Amino acid sequence: MSTRRIALTVNGTRHEAEAPVRQHLGDFLRGTLGLTGTHLGCEHGVCGACTVLLDGRAIRACLVLAVQAEDRAVTTVEGLAPSPEALHPLQAAFCANHGLQCGFCTPGMLTTLEEFLRDCPDPTEEEVRVAISGNLCRCTGYDSIVAATMEAARAMREAAA
Amino acid sequence: MDGLSPRPGEDAPALAAGPGRVVGRPVTRIEDLPLVRGEGLFAADVNFPRQLHMRVVRAEIAHGRIVSVDAEAARAMPGVVAVWTAADVADIPLIPFRATKVRGLEPYCQPVLARDRVRYVGEPVAVVFADDAYRAEDAAETVMVELEELPVVLDAAAPPGEFAPGHDTEPTVVRKEYGDIDAAFRSAHAVVELELSVGRHSGVPLETRGAIARYDAAHDVLELHGTAKKQHWNRDEIARLLGRPPQGVHLFEGHVGGGFGVRGELYPEDLLVCAAALRLRRPVKWIEDRREHLVATNHSRQQSHRIRAAVDAEGRLLGIDDAFFHDQGAYVRTHGARVADLAAGMLPGPYRLPAYRVAGHFRLTNKTPAATYRAPGRYETTFVRERLMDAIAARLGIDPVEIRRRNLVAAAEMPHARPLDALGTDVVLDSGDYEGLLDKALARFGWDAMQQELAARRAAGECVGAGLAFFVEKSGLGPSDGVRVTVDATGAVEVVSGAASVGQGVETALAQICAEALGVDYSRIRVVRGRTDRIEFGNGAHASRVTVMSGSATWQAALAVREMALECAAQLLQLSPAELTIREGVVTRADGLAGPSLTLAEIARGRGPNSPAMRGQTPGLTAERWFWSDHMAYPYGVHLAQIRIDAGTGGVTVERYLVANDIGRAINPMLVEGQIVGGLAQGLGGALLEEFRYDPSGQPLSTTLADYLIPTIAEMPEVDVLIAEDAPSPLNPLGVKGAGEGGTNGAGACIASAVDDALRRPGAITSLPVLPAHLRALLTEAP
Amino acid sequence: MKAAPFAYHDPRSVEEALHLLATLENARLLAGGQSLMPMLNMRVAFPDHLIDLNRVEGLAGITAEGGALRIGAMTRQRDIEESPLVRAHLPLMAEALTHVGHRQTRNRGTIGGSLCNLDPSAELVAVATALDAVLDVQGPSGVRDLSIHDLPLGFMTPSLAPEEMLTAIRIPLPPAGHGAAFEEFARRHGDYAITSAAAVLVLEGGRIARASLTLGGVGAGPLRLRTAEAALAGQAPSEALFREAAAACGSIEAMSDPQAPAWYRRRLAATLARRALAAAASRATTPARQGSLA
Repeated sequence: MSTRRIALTVNGTRHEAEAPVRQHLGDFLRGTLGLTGTHLGCEHGVCGACTVLLDGRAIRACLVLAVQAEDRAVTTVEGLAPSPEALHPLQAAFCANHGLQCGFCTPGMLTTLEEFLRDCPDPTEEEVRVAISGNLCRCTGYDSIVAATMEAARAMREAAA
Repeated sequence: MDGLSPRPGEDAPALAAGPGRVVGRPVTRIEDLPLVRGEGLFAADVNFPRQLHMRVVRAEIAHGRIVSVDAEAARAMPGVVAVWTAADVADIPLIPFRATKVRGLEPYCQPVLARDRVRYVGEPVAVVFADDAYRAEDAAETVMVELEELPVVLDAAAPPGEFAPGHDTEPTVVRKEYGDIDAAFRSAHAVVELELSVGRHSGVPLETRGAIARYDAAHDVLELHGTAKKQHWNRDEIARLLGRPPQGVHLFEGHVGGGFGVRGELYPEDLLVCAAALRLRRPVKWIEDRREHLVATNHSRQQSHRIRAAVDAEGRLLGIDDAFFHDQGAYVRTHGARVADLAAGMLPGPYRLPAYRVAGHFRLTNKTPAATYRAPGRYETTFVRERLMDAIAARLGIDPVEIRRRNLVAAAEMPHARPLDALGTDVVLDSGDYEGLLDKALARFGWDAMQQELAARRAAGECVGAGLAFFVEKSGLGPSDGVRVTVDATGAVEVVSGAASVGQGVETALAQICAEALGVDYSRIRVVRGRTDRIEFGNGAHASRVTVMSGSATWQAALAVREMALECAAQLLQLSPAELTIREGVVTRADGLAGPSLTLAEIARGRGPNSPAMRGQTPGLTAERWFWSDHMAYPYGVHLAQIRIDAGTGGVTVERYLVANDIGRAINPMLVEGQIVGGLAQGLGGALLEEFRYDPSGQPLSTTLADYLIPTIAEMPEVDVLIAEDAPSPLNPLGVKGAGEGGTNGAGACIASAVDDALRRPGAITSLPVLPAHLRALLTEAP
Repeated sequence: MKAAPFAYHDPRSVEEALHLLATLENARLLAGGQSLMPMLNMRVAFPDHLIDLNRVEGLAGITAEGGALRIGAMTRQRDIEESPLVRAHLPLMAEALTHVGHRQTRNRGTIGGSLCNLDPSAELVAVATALDAVLDVQGPSGVRDLSIHDLPLGFMTPSLAPEEMLTAIRIPLPPAGHGAAFEEFARRHGDYAITSAAAVLVLEGGRIARASLTLGGVGAGPLRLRTAEAALAGQAPSEALFREAAAACGSIEAMSDPQAPAWYRRRLAATLARRALAAAASRATTPARQGSLA
């Protein structure tokens, strides 16, 4: 029993596929489903680049087996934008505030913050800093990411109002 | 080439001072959209049908003679297509280094697979090719490597050992000297002497390396994907080492998840995937895992210095005499002795120094090979030099700010030539107002008021302090770069450059420069970089050279296209070119009066190959221009920090930080600030957290990101950035100097200075990183 | 860095899981996976069988039972951190959880997984020790109680038989109005602590009626400082008293590594113990002012 057929929902689309039982969710999303926006920076749970939402909660895709996602809903960075033309407010704010340089950590930052802003729509800067403390960025020094998040939170609150 | 008579690039007018239409503005980046949508193309995202996965079997001891490598079991594993050992790649020469003035390094270069010895834990010994990454790793685990242990050399300052019969572990000593150093010490009022060391750390980008090779037999082209930084040099060397013509090798750059010096050098794995794609006739993919990265990709920084300064009674430098030991690790890699050479050439920094002597012992050890990392040779020597300035201040009872003021090269002394070279070019500090920037930085930081505040906090029992470090960077390494700017028949503008992008915003910066010159919208310019199939030559992205070199070439090429467009339009509109300008891609009257206009698209169509007007001329609305430079531009700046030590734990909290950096001109201040803050994070990492440690047998101890400590957001202070443009470089038409390394350069020195101050013990910090256990011990010893 | 092959089992009940555990050779339980998955990816753990507890019914949840809180072994750390019951009655645990990894790891990591992984620096192990937790350990012959103090058998080795599993942790509630504090020192936020200290103080009539003081990260398991606790009892809280109590850390046996030699861990322990005691005392109130467990 080295592989299993699994069914799961990714970014709102139902998928059925064969998964080796030892394969982690990150490799499954990237390899089997071709969703290469989820990046693997360490594969031992430290860097946060592979963060995706599993049933709405931010988790490290390198620390979950693909078979564990059976019947669950996964959201990846590819599922954040509402359409090919429009951006999620976090994505727009990252662009506007230079919240990314090389862009490798960005998908994990965005998915982490997507969950965070749902829980905490009106955060302080300090709360944002705690929220992304499990995501390593080697380029920005983080300041611009905090600024982007505060701007996105404002935009999302205004849109919801 | 363009249709007009070629002109030397140097004739192009310089960019006027002050913010332009788009240059000098904090505009958003053109690279961001795919990256925020998860549509980037990083190395691991590249896949080809029928691809094989390569897994490297690495040495598990630091130094040993290879007795045997048994791969029989691996060859029989499911999915395995081939397993290679050194014998299978004996025809591939050692990996070369880029030329410098230093001689005698050739025997110390690395083979693609270890031949008769392994010399560091992590050295490639064999490779497995299988149909799946998991199965490749399964098979690699079964390869049995029998080794006979040899003595290890782990301390670069210890007596040299044997590298190979007839070659000891000191391939060269980098020596530089000017002035009468012995006289300086004879006449000194005081001599200050220090022993200092910087720990082994490195770039550690968030994306590990990757290499995907594919042989396109239909076109007889070997393609390598996942490349970075130096595509053209790498292409030429791959071609040479594999016996192919360079035109038959194409390198492609997708997105690069951070470069920092380490990414994009030519490593064994790059050659192995290329050779395998040719021999196995299937695409071959290798993605480095993080544990491999921490033992296989270039390390950096490790040096120990014995430095002494001769000063007069006022604390003015009379001479500096330094001997240092550079820990190169197990092999000489593509940079040769560049870091040691830069350290020797850049050590004097911003100070007036009448006499100088340095001997840099370039030593091999049984650790991962080392090379450049952001501010190479400068992070180390700024630490050493600024520690020395603090020590001189303490010895003579002079304020640390004042001691620097007395020694800084004055604005009136610019350009300031030193009888020294670095990277093969003479060190001529091109421009600068060092003291002016120091004053601005102190004022911005509120240095004097802060001192009073710190004194009050100390009186209340807190362990707080402040420090500073002045630095001089270098940038814009020549000799040349070319850029081709083309407007096509739809009016779309393309900039093709031989530069590369490691995520720093190259496309946006070049697009801004092109847009400024040409009069078009920067956000619609396509910038091509990192591709050897689109431009014949290129010098890549390193040494803070892109904005200076490729930026200047872009400026010149775009101006040439502008001139061509205006001349064409002038003929058609029966006006003189001087009466016309280009706005938003449309040629109109410069005086703003109504009149006929022409779009760049119309002009480009008029210059098409089938246009009768072009008969006898080279068609197209296009120009290629080259920018040459014999000298580097020297950015400079100052770091200021305020820190707190928890006396109970020895933990350091950086409370406030300022980087002031004069870069001549900021093409995009937002990007420059990003470079500085990001660079600072890396500098602080090296000062307080990051270190590759080894046990006494040479086993690496920092092999996960839980052991190699990259700063998280929680370790980053509040950072202020002061971008100064007081001293534009006279060496290029834009006045720019590189901005990539100043944020990193002074961080180690500045933190050491601030920690000393908090401890109230001048000279307490002699090595980096500053460790909490060490501080806790110092605090216990304190009275 | 890809896991070696293993067979995967995802039982739906505790009984099924126990049956698999009893019948399969070289099997390991997979809880939240925040420690085991890296070990699998790095090939430092080689189970032939992985028994995934994530679909087992009834292993997650927080309930009040008598004078204790019962936390299912598969309860996610994030759910514990945000549980109103835990925040109200076990503030020590809620505070310590903010130091456990990061948001993404706490979303997945479980309390049972953390206790059984038994990292010497794990915050939850220190907290469970400070609070005298009792573990429900289930095996083929039923459930037994295991005191947290008897859990560590050696370095990262819990005293569970190969066919046993942890199903729940029961924590006796400290009296309402108790003061608790958790202090730790790590090089970076979210990393395992080099050393940590957990303190619980119950005050009566301005004096310390009961004290609990636990160190993490100094030895293979958490260290309860019983002598110091006894010395604190009956005394009026003061900075001098806490300093004296923490001085006991100067003579403990501590692990040593190049970045944190034993002497340093001892000094850290003394500092953190003193701070934890002082913070706990400042948070303690008289019982009457606090609500009791419903």
